[in-house]
Amino acid sequence: MIMSVKVRYFASLKDSVGRSDDMVDVNGAVTVAEIWAMANANRLMPDNILAAVNMEYVDIEHSVQNGDEVAFFPPVTGG
Amino acid sequence: MIKISADLFDPWHEVVAYQDSAKHWTGKFGATNVFVGTMRDFNDGDAVTGMVLEHYPGMTEKQLEDIVKQATRDWHLLDALVVHRVGEIKPNEPIVLVAVWASHRGDAFDAGRQIMEALKNKAPFWKKERLPNGDERWVEHNTDGYLRSPKNDMSTILG
Repeated sequence: MIMSVKVRYFASLKDSVGRSDDMVDVNGAVTVAEIWAMANANRLMPDNILAAVNMEYVDIEHSVQNGDEVAFFPPVTGG
Repeated sequence: MIKISADLFDPWHEVVAYQDSAKHWTGKFGATNVFVGTMRDFNDGDAVTGMVLEHYPGMTEKQLEDIVKQATRDWHLLDALVVHRVGEIKPNEPIVLVAVWASHRGDAFDAGRQIMEALKNKAPFWKKERLPNGDERWVEHNTDGYLRSPKNDMSTILG
């Protein structure tokens, strides 16, 4: 089944990839790390990156479902 | 209650207004712990003239709700109020308010600290600082709030 996954980028990561979001179509089960690789073919995932699926923190090996929103961002600096 | 504010807010007014509105625990609280984080005009040895605070609408609120729920499980709290600015901020403006109400000071102090440190580590906000020459830079990470030696650290800050 073809799945459609929304990918979002924030803060300095948004600047470095040059986009705030992507739509990625995948066929079958994929992990967060694989979503990154599909959306960013020529760019390795930065070491300190944080990932979320549907607004909850996840490990990059977390599996992604159809309709999920995957987000990548640098360490948080609020407060 | 969690509030994300794109506008300047008065943390002291927020505390009093919230406390006055919370009739169900009037008379029950003996301890209120209030933390206010304010924007400095310096960071990492440089003067800073302003900043933009970005967040992840939806996730930021969700994470803050989870942080407050966890503190409520870990400590005897009557209520908590978290207000955080986003958008354009100038030095001397408040960035964050964490206020907690409890029957006793131990819970109030420790829950307030726990909420603030968890916010610093988990809540998706990002600061981009503006320098006097117009350059902008992202703040890369937050400092550790737990000081090994408060006295030594104060001497570093105050020179």
